[in-house]
Amino acid sequence: MSKRRAFWLGAGAMVAAMAVSGAAFAADKKQPKKKDYRAAALEVMKASFQARGQATLDRLNQDEAQAACSRSAAGEPLASDLKKKMEEAQSATVKYPADSKYLGSWKSGERIAQTGRGLQFSDDPSEPAGGNCYACHQLSQQEVAYGTIGPSLYRYGKLRGNSEPMLKYTWAKLWNAQAFNACSDMPRFGHKGILTEEQLKDVMALLFDPESPVNQ
Amino acid sequence: MIRRTRIALLAVGLAMASPTALAQDQAAEGIAQYRDMLEDDNPADLWELRGAELWKTPGGPKGASLEKCNLGLGPGIVKGAYVRLPRYFADTGKVQDLESRLITCMMTLQGRSFEEATKQHFGSGSEKKSNMEALVTWIAAESRGMKIQVSTTHPKEKDAYEVGKQIFFFHGGPHDFACSTCHSQDGRRIRLQDLPNLTTPEGARKGFGTWPAYRVSQGEVRTMQHRLYDCFRQQRFPEPRYASDAITALTMYLAVSANGGEFAAPAIKR
Ligand code: HEC
Ligand code: HEC
Repeated sequence: MSKRRAFWLGAGAMVAAMAVSGAAFAADKKQPKKKDYRAAALEVMKASFQARGQATLDRLNQDEAQAACSRSAAGEPLASDLKKKMEEAQSATVKYPADSKYLGSWKSGERIAQTGRGLQFSDDPSEPAGGNCYACHQLSQQEVAYGTIGPSLYRYGKLRGNSEPMLKYTWAKLWNAQAFNACSDMPRFGHKGILTEEQLKDVMALLFDPESPVNQ
Repeated sequence: MIRRTRIALLAVGLAMASPTALAQDQAAEGIAQYRDMLEDDNPADLWELRGAELWKTPGGPKGASLEKCNLGLGPGIVKGAYVRLPRYFADTGKVQDLESRLITCMMTLQGRSFEEATKQHFGSGSEKKSNMEALVTWIAAESRGMKIQVSTTHPKEKDAYEVGKQIFFFHGGPHDFACSTCHSQDGRRIRLQDLPNLTTPEGARKGFGTWPAYRVSQGEVRTMQHRLYDCFRQQRFPEPRYASDAITALTMYLAVSANGGEFAAPAIKR
């Protein structure tokens, strides 16, 4: 580390410490004011991270949903009217395929579902990102190494059919999972540009194609 | 406590733990058996031995050893230090975890620069061993079996805990992930890896109280700094600087949540 960087590291830590103790000072003088640990945490994070590869520091700038979901996770649950408003706002971001075709190739979809790489500071940005669906979902019977953060999607198409509304719902869910469930743990694949429209079609085929291992 | 290492067992264990070769339940069982088997043969012993030596070895421009380093219980006192870290240190005016504290000692006692003290902070193979990982392994092992008892009585300790808690629940990046996305529910997995619920005392004890750990997949002993570094990578965040305040604060949050648990490191992990 260069001297200058070490200096700025120290300075950053000091600013962060000042933000915390400044808040402490205010709390001593004025009676009930609580310390703003959220603001302090952001200062500390800004001083503690560095850009690497594609993972630049702007990733610490939260959008509205991320900020609201952080507060909610840390113990201030969303009021139900806010939750509804957030879902409406997220719904409005969904872009449906221009050619109204929802289904690509399930074989490519399976690869995308298996791939966990993409958008990490250790990843090559010229490679397409994966969806990593198996990290959180059961999808086929063959793949036993699946996670359980999300529900099982085994036989998804077989159980739900492939009516237009079902295709549309699933597309929207993949585009922006928070359109139906504010602060969902599932990434917003289309909205955040993790997967392309073509990749999403392939993942859709994985879920709906009768030939896909998901529906065996 | 130094135990002997038998590498042959490792190979057997690896074969047993291969998830592709076995159905899921068997794979999980295999990993558990493998851990049991290695309980008395943790390769971390080698790091521990090297760490104990390094502590006594004179080095740096001042040619001094670390034997007078104050880890919180007084100069040179190692036993019981790890289960009380992170903590506030008056001489630096900061809350520090073990690694950040060791950097301070390397700078003040040995006269090393920050850059020198932190070069090769994560090891990579026999050519690039990490002295830091060895020192941490030894110092942590000296607290094995003790109760985790991290304090929040100093205002800066309380601040670090609260800041760490906010970071734990901070959603960001292209995937919207926070630590809590993967670590705030019981009984969840990513692929086949169990995810401890770090918001409960049991989960925090399991998640915090078993590091540093020998990681079979990496062939290295890794510290909490490395564990959090790798989780931030998976979280799609930028790169956390080594021994930075965000890592210390998060470690504080985890350690305090783990208070009262028995410290069981160095462990063996996937
Ligand atoms: C980090 C975890 C995570 C990842 C990765 C993830 N999901 Fe999800 N998913 C969830 C969770 C949690 C839910 C349930 C909560 C909700 O609906 O918001 C869910 C719900 C769903 C649903 C709705 C199920 C229903 O009953 O209507 C679908 C469809 C789905 N996921 C598909 C996918 C696909 C396809 C991928 C990969 C491209 C994927 N998920 C990746 C966590 C994840
Ligand atoms: C995208 C998923 C994900 C995110 C986000 C994540 N982790 Fe992890 N974490 C994991 C996985 C996977 C493991 C390893 C489990 C294994 O190998 O058995 C793990 C392991 C850990 C462990 C060690 C647990 C043990 O029992 O050994 C700790 C502690 C931990 N994470 C803390 C954090 C913290 C703090 C954050 C936020 C900075 C975080 N994680 C973010 C997926 C994640």
